[in-house]
Amino acid sequence: MGMLDRFGGVFWLPVILAIIAFVLIGAPSSWLTLTVAGLSMGLMIFLMASGLSLVFGLMDVLNFGHSAFVSFGAFVAASVLAYFGGWLGSDSILLNSLALVFAIAAAVVFGAALGWFFERVIVKPVYSDHLRQILITMGALIVAEQLILATWGGSPVNVPRPHFLEGAIIVGNSSLEVYRLFAFCLGALVYGGLFVLLNRTRMGLLIRAGVENREMVEALGFKIDRLFIGVFMLGSALAAMGGAMWAGYETIITPALGAEMMVIVFIVVIIGGLGSIQGTLLGAIVVALMQNYVGFLAPKLALASNMILMMVILLWRPYGLAPAVKIK
Amino acid sequence: MNGKITVKIIALSIWGLLLFSPFLFQDVRQIEVAARIAVFIVLVASYDLLIGYTGIVSFAHTMFFGFGAYGVAIAMKQGDSTWGYWMVGVLAGVLVSAIVAVLIGLLSLRVKAIFFAMITLAAASVALVLASQLSSFTGGEDGITYSVQSIFKPATKLLTDDEGKVLRIMDVRMNGKIAAYYFVFISCAVLFWAMLRIVASPLGTVLQAIRENEARAEGIGYRVVAYRTAVFVIAATAAALAGAVYATWLKYTGPDTTLSFAIMIDILLMVVIGGMGTMWGAVIGATLMVMAQYYLRDLMEVAANATEALPLLPDLLSPDRWLLWLGIIFILLVYFFPAGIAGTIIQRRAVK
Repeated sequence: MGMLDRFGGVFWLPVILAIIAFVLIGAPSSWLTLTVAGLSMGLMIFLMASGLSLVFGLMDVLNFGHSAFVSFGAFVAASVLAYFGGWLGSDSILLNSLALVFAIAAAVVFGAALGWFFERVIVKPVYSDHLRQILITMGALIVAEQLILATWGGSPVNVPRPHFLEGAIIVGNSSLEVYRLFAFCLGALVYGGLFVLLNRTRMGLLIRAGVENREMVEALGFKIDRLFIGVFMLGSALAAMGGAMWAGYETIITPALGAEMMVIVFIVVIIGGLGSIQGTLLGAIVVALMQNYVGFLAPKLALASNMILMMVILLWRPYGLAPAVKIK
Repeated sequence: MNGKITVKIIALSIWGLLLFSPFLFQDVRQIEVAARIAVFIVLVASYDLLIGYTGIVSFAHTMFFGFGAYGVAIAMKQGDSTWGYWMVGVLAGVLVSAIVAVLIGLLSLRVKAIFFAMITLAAASVALVLASQLSSFTGGEDGITYSVQSIFKPATKLLTDDEGKVLRIMDVRMNGKIAAYYFVFISCAVLFWAMLRIVASPLGTVLQAIRENEARAEGIGYRVVAYRTAVFVIAATAAALAGAVYATWLKYTGPDTTLSFAIMIDILLMVVIGGMGTMWGAVIGATLMVMAQYYLRDLMEVAANATEALPLLPDLLSPDRWLLWLGIIFILLVYFFPAGIAGTIIQRRAVK
């Protein structure tokens, strides 16, 4: 174990998983397709989960309504993309990307605004009361889902993709969808940005300090409340962005999306450990790879496999693979 | 008058109404409502054991409810509609519930309450997906329709008059439907009584001690994890039994009647409206919510039609959106009346 920890420890888990899958699948071309799919899915899930994990780490607040940001992001992006339908279909990459940028920006802004509302109105009155927190954020999730139903209706919504992200690249015998590569790159970019923000800036230093010991940071005279609302809004904006990306990935979305993603996001933060973005990334990639591999090898077991994975990891490490917070 | 007595009187009068409801309300729909109330009282009371008495939040309660219901449904469908198969189904449902509860409990009750909530949520959704995927066994999304023991069939004559026809008492036909209703009523009343005994027992006191101060309870020498797991198993068993009773009454079991997340939300609403940690509050909460489910929608339909000319309002008032309003009411209740109806009555009276 000591050896393992020195060289990255649990962060080798996705690699080990990929090697086992390579042996089990046998065909390198299918394996490559699945691995790329898993990685891009993992980064999208990371976007959705990172905010939940950070907010919990910093303020000991678990937002059960977090998946509402994901759904709203997906639906707002779908509406914006549909509005710019003409631009999407054109051959000009500029118009294509403009429409895409608008859609993602709309989702992010909406997510941040909704996050602000959530923090101020829903969560603020019930700080440090877990029971009421769970109940109230759950109630907020119901209301949010119903509002989505009332606004966009219950039937599935088609999400148009920008023209330049359609199709696939052929590498050897395996075909890699362009959209997945795009999702992977964007997710990796955001992760990089978050990493720099948390590790290289003063604000990041304060956030990390707050995660480790909130009272001490407060005692030193920093307003952790203000920091917290910033992190909350950032987290909800990222979740909305993840939702927007997911909408393009799925191409057809239903209001059930939020509830489906919520389960995966929870499994990810439990596996990864709460409070650290490294842990969340690890959890997201492990879960997404597992889902893709098992979905190929034994389709019926796909969801149950993540559940079993979570159970096994909890038996091994009750606080997740790489938590930043010591859970009291 | 003491607040506790007021709450008990209200709850007991609801039980009284339930006892005589076939005679008081001679309408098929009213009997459906009464049976549903009885079953949900048990379900909510067993959930109150967890959330109110021990302070643990589980989202897997419908899963156990579903295990019980599917146990009976599958046994009746695969086997025969006899008491023997019924017993097998009930036992299977209870056993599966207890085993799963022990596994989840030992695994995750060691850590924070919030972890437990997330894990039970994940487990419940896996159960829901499995139920709809294993369609050869569970009937998938459509569920299972089956026939129950012959004594519960509406054509069965329970009592006959001199001419051999079904006897009527106060205009109510003594047929299998009455037998089924009283089977539901008696089973639910016994289960509710059993849970009242549990909270009054030394076990109940230990549970409340854990809720109030976990570290101190551990310090006095109570194994907190063992107690939590025990109460989780008890609650799961009670939920499974309620599910079995409900499956016997409905003669149908599907994801929408037992496993769906909407029912979990109903249970949460009932326990919060009634009052957490009061047990008697479950009776009040379940009654109000089930009544609202059946009658509020009609009211909303009227409101939606009345506001037809206005923009957006009819959309928000349509009966399909009733969960929206319940959600808002729920949030307001948790803010302003966290003690629920029963809890508030008890507190108010105590102050005076």
